[in-house]
Order: sequence, then structure tokens, then C-alpha cells
Amino acid sequence: MNRYLWPLIAVVALLVFLVMGLRHGDPRALPSPFIGKPAPQFELPTLKNPDVTIGTQHMAGNYAIVNVWATWCVMCRQEHGFLLDLAASGAIPIYGINWRDSRPEAIRWLQELGDPYLASAYDADGRVGIDWGVYGAPETFLVDPDGTVVYKHLGPLDPVIWQREFVSRMNTGGAD
Amino acid sequence: MIPEIGQFALILALSLAIFQTVFPLVGAHRNNAAMMDVGRTAATGQFVFVAIAFVCLTYAFLTDDFSVLYVANHSQLALPTLYKVSAVWGAHEGSLLLWIFLLAAWTLAVARFSSGLPEAFAARVIGVLGFLSIGFLLFALLTSNPFARLVPAAVDGGDLNPLLQDPGLAIHPPLLYVGYVGFSVAFAFAIAAMISGDLDQRWAKWTRPWTTVAWLFLTLGIALGSWWAYYELGWGGWWFWDAVENASFMPWLIGTALIHSLAVTEKRGLFKSWTLLLAITAFSLSLLGTFLVRSGIIVSVHAFATDPTRGFFILTFLAVVVVGALVLYAWRAPSLDSDAGFGLLSRETFLLLNNVLLVVATALVLIGTLAPLVIEMASGGKISIGPPWFNIAFLVPTIPLVVLLGLGMHTAWRSQDKSAWLRTIRLPAITALVLGVVIPLLIYGRISILLFVGCAAAVWIVVLALILPIRSLFREKGTAGITRSALGMSVAHLGMGLFVIGVTVVSAFGVESDRALRPGETIEVAGYEFEMRELRNVQGPNFSAIEAEIEIRRDGDFVATLRPQKRQYLVQKNWMTEASIRAGLDKDLFVALGDQLGSNGGWSVRIQYKPLIRFIWLGALVMALGGLIAITDRRYRSKVRKTAAVDGAAAEATA
Amino acid sequence: MKPRQQRMLAVGLAALGIAIAAGLTLRAFQDNMMFFVEVSDVAAGEYPKERNFRIGGLVVGGSVQRQEGSIDVRFEVTDTACTIPVIYSGVLPDLFREGQGVVAHGRMGGDNVFQADKILAKHDEEYMAPEVADSLSKHQKDIVKATVAGAAECGSNDS
Repeated sequence: MNRYLWPLIAVVALLVFLVMGLRHGDPRALPSPFIGKPAPQFELPTLKNPDVTIGTQHMAGNYAIVNVWATWCVMCRQEHGFLLDLAASGAIPIYGINWRDSRPEAIRWLQELGDPYLASAYDADGRVGIDWGVYGAPETFLVDPDGTVVYKHLGPLDPVIWQREFVSRMNTGGAD
Repeated sequence: MIPEIGQFALILALSLAIFQTVFPLVGAHRNNAAMMDVGRTAATGQFVFVAIAFVCLTYAFLTDDFSVLYVANHSQLALPTLYKVSAVWGAHEGSLLLWIFLLAAWTLAVARFSSGLPEAFAARVIGVLGFLSIGFLLFALLTSNPFARLVPAAVDGGDLNPLLQDPGLAIHPPLLYVGYVGFSVAFAFAIAAMISGDLDQRWAKWTRPWTTVAWLFLTLGIALGSWWAYYELGWGGWWFWDAVENASFMPWLIGTALIHSLAVTEKRGLFKSWTLLLAITAFSLSLLGTFLVRSGIIVSVHAFATDPTRGFFILTFLAVVVVGALVLYAWRAPSLDSDAGFGLLSRETFLLLNNVLLVVATALVLIGTLAPLVIEMASGGKISIGPPWFNIAFLVPTIPLVVLLGLGMHTAWRSQDKSAWLRTIRLPAITALVLGVVIPLLIYGRISILLFVGCAAAVWIVVLALILPIRSLFREKGTAGITRSALGMSVAHLGMGLFVIGVTVVSAFGVESDRALRPGETIEVAGYEFEMRELRNVQGPNFSAIEAEIEIRRDGDFVATLRPQKRQYLVQKNWMTEASIRAGLDKDLFVALGDQLGSNGGWSVRIQYKPLIRFIWLGALVMALGGLIAITDRRYRSKVRKTAAVDGAAAEATA
Repeated sequence: MKPRQQRMLAVGLAALGIAIAAGLTLRAFQDNMMFFVEVSDVAAGEYPKERNFRIGGLVVGGSVQRQEGSIDVRFEVTDTACTIPVIYSGVLPDLFREGQGVVAHGRMGGDNVFQADKILAKHDEEYMAPEVADSLSKHQKDIVKATVAGAAECGSNDS
């Protein structure tokens, strides 16, 4: 055999290996420990009114979205317009968890940009975020009527992702 | 508006790149001069439009246009202007645009400065470069558009990663990319030669200067990155064998082999298939490096925000380019073997060994970088291969390489007379062996095998590198002096010697110490006294910080005042260490703040004593300087015109 | 020398180089491969003895202790099922924080305390070392309890 073919063979082997490596999984893809499990219970003061609390028990009975956001999170701005549209359409109740943020800034942010949330929980030190396995913002959880976490999306929401990942699960889901 | 112009410019650039690829390649095949000419025009056009796109993105940053997602993610109102500019290439989409821009620039340079090349050959080179441009432009437009909009626009941006807010890191990517992308020229030259089947000494002579320029920029880029990591990452290391560092180092190693192999092909018409393979490999490693750091396949402190979709795209492009090149290679290389021979003691032998050792070194780095992935896929076990392994493994080919480097410089082509050779190297050898023992003992009071080997090797290279220039300085009037080419070689090798002594001394004698320090207290490290005089709060343009004032004395004499800071950037709210360094050619004194220790005002500090560490980067600078000197050699300028005249005469004769 | 001999020389040298490299690679790999061991496995006694290895998990809230004025620090790491104490003498990385992911590099001491010689913390808000993330998702116990109080029922290894 032509010995000049060896480099080609070596490279093809390397490429095959790299393809396998890519499919093996994104090492940055972070699993949510709670998919399929009951949403971690919490009860936190709301952002706008510290005397009122909001928690998982308020969400029961319907599909709901829990969106983790913060004013320091640029991607949150990117999805904010979509969240406003979603809230306006009444398709699903949206709850927010304002994560490790400054309360006055967060309130001002919602005043300036609009508030798509039925209520935002104020998670100053991030404890509830740890509960929910939150690694960054924005993250959005889909919780079913029984309080089970059905899906978690990392990154900003947009109409495509909403349809593909959330609506499809709401339609095919049901009591699990 | 401007971002849309930028995006449109990229689309236009893509169409021009298609013209730039198809017409010259077809034209060269059919010997159609009109079609071949399209190549140069299209290359100029592509450059113009890519430049427009680049300017548009820069404009968006400078005008704080947070309606552009990339700007919103990586800039901020309070960001200093210098960093608004460097943020353009601070993350994936923008650095990709930088790559495309530099590829267009290199192509333009080839189009402009190739009047000495045969028309068909130049056309093929431009065509191949056009193909590469198509790949990268498609990648940007389809998966990584820097002009994507953010609606509604952000009020203020997410700030550039504070680690990148630094002048050194601002120019690191451009320097590095000029090198990476520059290897595409050697690659294109190789493909063009393989397509036409003509690969001779002239080809090597044309390819050499382009490759040397790319190599010298890559040298500077890597050295800058190392220097930056040293003072910015806060912990005093200068090389971590991190995947991204390795991704830049592997093309450099092969690039070094390539410039040496090109010398053999140019001088003696030998090593043609080696040179071809090295040219293909150097650029392939550039592409592979891009893949590794942008696909998410390898975890690294440096990796860009990753996305497997992008990974698949790059991998596909890599596959097409490299497999295509190697198929051509398998087809053409067999016919390139030459019958010329060379003696056992000859420069060819040394350069052959040089090629082999550099390839082995590269293979080791590649194995170490990919091994964790292999093992994880095979057994699920999570391991990491770190500096301990790389440092040992890398020494294996490097120590013989360093010894041979000195010898090869003074060995004649084809066949060297043994006794003359021995006479030349005898004194340097003795000097190296003696100083290898004396230097460590006398100056630092210690000796070990590795210290001896390192110091002896450094002296060996330095002495041997200086022989030719010094001989030329003292030559008889009227005799020929040293050529720029040989001077460049001597200087570059001298740089290597400086590098080796820096690495050896700092590895053996550097001291690192983590200590607790309170205002008013003094501690001693490596013979120096460090006193914390006070702690205070300071404000920067986009950060607030706690600063310590540390006074350094030696034997009671004042040496320096250092001001390490612990910064908190306003937007990202991360804490970042900003070390303070007292730099010197003979040593660095390095202080970084750690954490607050309790309420009594104490802090943990990291203090480092780094002797000769600057020689590491100085050595790299001198290496690059050597490359620069070499390409100014007269023969690249006059003979180019002569070749054109010869071609012209031949064309007339056959017309 | 003739081309054939040149080739043989090149091939021979390459083979020699590869053989040396391979030999060294294998030997040094063994010594220098840094294994990542889950906290639960360490608690169960399954870890490389007499060797350095890595552990990772979340830093238990409130567990970071320093002696006044000393750079020695002690904290606890949990994967939500089990908890291991770690001691380290030196400067902690910038993003080391309670409730966040951390990877420690060192060896197990005699008193079942992990003696770390290197600490690596999260790089940014959105990133957690993959080994830590995997380990957490395997054990899946109450994260808040574990990070606040340290895991209670260790030893019931479900891995």
C-alpha cells in the first residue's frame, strides 16, 4: 500500500474519535437533578412586598413556569420581551425567582421593562436556587399541576424553544 | 442600521470568496488568464467587505450599541475605550470575525506580492485561500453571527470579562491569529504545488518568507499569552499545559519544523514530502485548535462559550480541508522522492532529526490534551492530565533537540568534514559543561541533574549561536559577511538559549509562599522582607478595589513598593485578584492578595520570587526577531525579479 | 547516503522516538493521572491510597473555618449524600464560596480529613466543573439540607 496514505488514515481515525467525542455529550451541559421529581418546596418573600410570601404551594393545580432572573443577567433581557408576550397571552402563569440580586434594582428593572410575572420570589442569597439546581441565569422550569418539574431550560426563552420544549411537553404530558 | 450593513458586507464577502475560489482554480486548470485574474480582484473585494464588517462591529462597540447581542454581552457603558475595541475580538463571534479579516488580509498580501510567481500557481494559491474563506464566512453567517440583534436593546451591557480587560490580552488574539491564519498561506502553497504536480526548490523559496512571518507572529502571540497569564491570573505560573495553550503550541512546534524543512527543500531539493506534510499539518493543527476551544469537547479555563452545533460545523470543515489535502498528498508525494543523497554527518541529517523530534513533541502534546476525553469515553473515569505529566514527557524529545540544535548550525550541507567539525564544537562543549555546573552553584548555591542539563544546554546554544555572527564581525576586510538568513538563524537560536536558561532557573529556584499578613507586619521570603504598610479602598473606572501597600526591602535597603488589589467589577460582581509585580531582568518579585482572614485586618497573600523569568519571554522575542531578520534576506527581493524575467522570457519563447 | 538509507534512518528514528515516548507516556500516565473521586466513594473508603487525587462537590454553608490570623482553612465538601472535611493551607481562589462548587486536589489524611494542596473553584456564574455536576446529579439528595447542615445519612451508598 502507498505508505503516503498513513497520514490520511491517522487523520480519519482522529476525526472519527472527535465526532464521537462531540456526541458523547457537551461537558458543559449540566443535568437537572429534579426532572421528573417533585419541585423543591420553598416559600420566599416576594420581590415587591417583603411581607407577602410566594412559594410552591401557590403554583399547584396548573402548569406553571418558574423563571430564574436577575438584573445582572444580560440574557434575561433578551428573553424579557418574549416573557411579556407570553404573559399577555395568558397561556401559562409565570412566576419569577429573582436570584442573588439587589431588591431595589430588580424592582426598578421590572418597572422599566415590564413585569411578566404573577409574582417574583426574592432569593437574595441563592439558597432556593441551590435547591432547584440553578447554575446560572436565565433558567426556566416547567412545573406540572402536581408540582413535578417536567423540564428545565438553560438560557433565554424564545418562541421556538417555547413551542418545541414547553408546549409539546404540556400537550403530551399529563399526570405522571 | 450599521450592524445590518456589517452583516450584508459579510454576505457580499462570501459571494466574492466564491468567485475568488472558483474562477482562479478553473482558470489555472484551463490556462485561462482572464479567469485567473478574477482571483486577485475578488480577493481585494473580499478584503474590502470584510474590513467594512469589522469596522461596523467596532463602531457598534464604540457607540455602545446594546441592541447588538454580542455588544450587549461583552461591553458596558463604563468600559474604557481601549477595551471596547479589544472586546470586538474578546469572545467567539467577534474573534471569528477577526480570523476572517486576517485571512482576507493575508490573501490580499499574497495577491499583491506574488508578481514573481507563475500565474497559474498564484491563481491556485488564491483559490485555495478563497475556499478557506468560504468555510469561515459560512461558519460565521450560519452559526455565529456577530451582528445578531437583541430586542429590546439592553440598557447597559454585561461587561467584558474582567480577565480580558488588560492591554496584554487585548493584542494577544490578533498576534496569535496572524500566525494561525498565516499558516494557511503555506497550506495553500502546498495544495497549489500538489495540484500542479510541480514542487521544486523555487517553490520552497517562495513559501519560506510567508511561513516565517506567520511563525514569528505565532511566537509573539504565544509569548504574550504566557506573560499575560503570569501577571493577570494572579498565581505566577507562566504555562499550564491547558488545552487552549496546547492548541496554540502544537501549530508552533510543527511550524518550526516546517521552516527548517523548507530550508532543506530550498537548498537541496530534498525532504519534499516532509515539507508538504508539515505544511498541511501546521494549518490543520490551527484548525484543530479552533475546533477544540470552540466546540466544548475539552474543558478548559480558557474555552469560549461553547456549542456542539458549532463544533460539528468546524469539525466538518476541518475534515473536508484536511482529508482533501492528504488525498492530494497520497497521490503526489510518491513522485517527489529525490535521488540526491547526503552523508551521515551533514546538515540534512540534523534537520531530519529536528523534524522527527518536533513531530514527536507535538504528538505528545496532542495525546496529553486528548487523553482525558479518550479515557472518559472509554471507561467513564474522569481523569485530568496536568503539568506534571506534560513537563516530564515534553523534556524527552526536547533535551536531544536542544543538543542537536547547537551541532546542526555548524554542520555543512551534504557532507561535513569530521575533524573540522569537532574543532568547532570542542570549546563550546567544554564551556557548556563547565558553566552548567558553575552557574547554578555559584549564583544560586545548588545543583541537580536537571539544573546541570538545563544550564549546560542553554550555554551550549548561546555560545554556538554566537560563533557565526562574531566571526563575521571580525572577518577580514573584503570577505563576505554573514547573510541575513544566517544571522536570523543565529539570533533565533540565541533566543532559544535565553528561553532555556529562563525556564531552567525559574523552575529550579523560584519560590512561592502563601502567608498571612496584617498591616504593620513584615515577613521574609527568599531573602526579601515584605511589609504590609496599609490597606485602603480605591476606585477604578468600572471597579472598586481593596488595595494593600507592600514595601519590599533587602538587608534593610528599600527595593520597591507594590500595590496588589482585590477588585470587584461593577457589573459582573466577581472578585478578581490583581497582582503587583516588581519586574526585572534578573528576577521578579510578585505579590497577590488572597482572602481576608478574620476581623483583625489580616489577609492571606501569595508572594513569589521568580529569578530570570523574564528571560522566557525575552527568549521568545529574540526568536521572533531572528525570524524577522531572516526574511529581509536579499535573495527574496532580487531573485524574485529575476525569476519573473526568466518566466517572461520562457513565455515569449514558447508563444 | 542513499535515499533508501535516509528513509530507513528517518523511520528508525521515528520508531525510536515513538517507543521512548510511549514508554514514558505509559509510566508517567500512571503516576500523573489525576483521578476524580466522588465524595461518597471517599467516605466509603474507596479512593487511591498514598496518591494524590481530586474530590469535588459543594462547599457546605457555614463550614468554612479559619484560625485567627492563619492561612490554614478548613471546610466541608458534600455531594449531598456524604460530606468530607478538607483542610488547605494557602490562598483560596477568587470564586471559592459557600454553597458553590469546588474541586480539591490532594490526598486523604490519616484522620479522614482530605489534605488539599490545590483548590479550584467555579470559573463563572454559569459553569460548574462537570465532574461535580455529574456527582451531584447521581446522588440527588436534598441540596439545601446538605449545603446548610452537611449530609446526615452517609454510608448508604447508592452508586
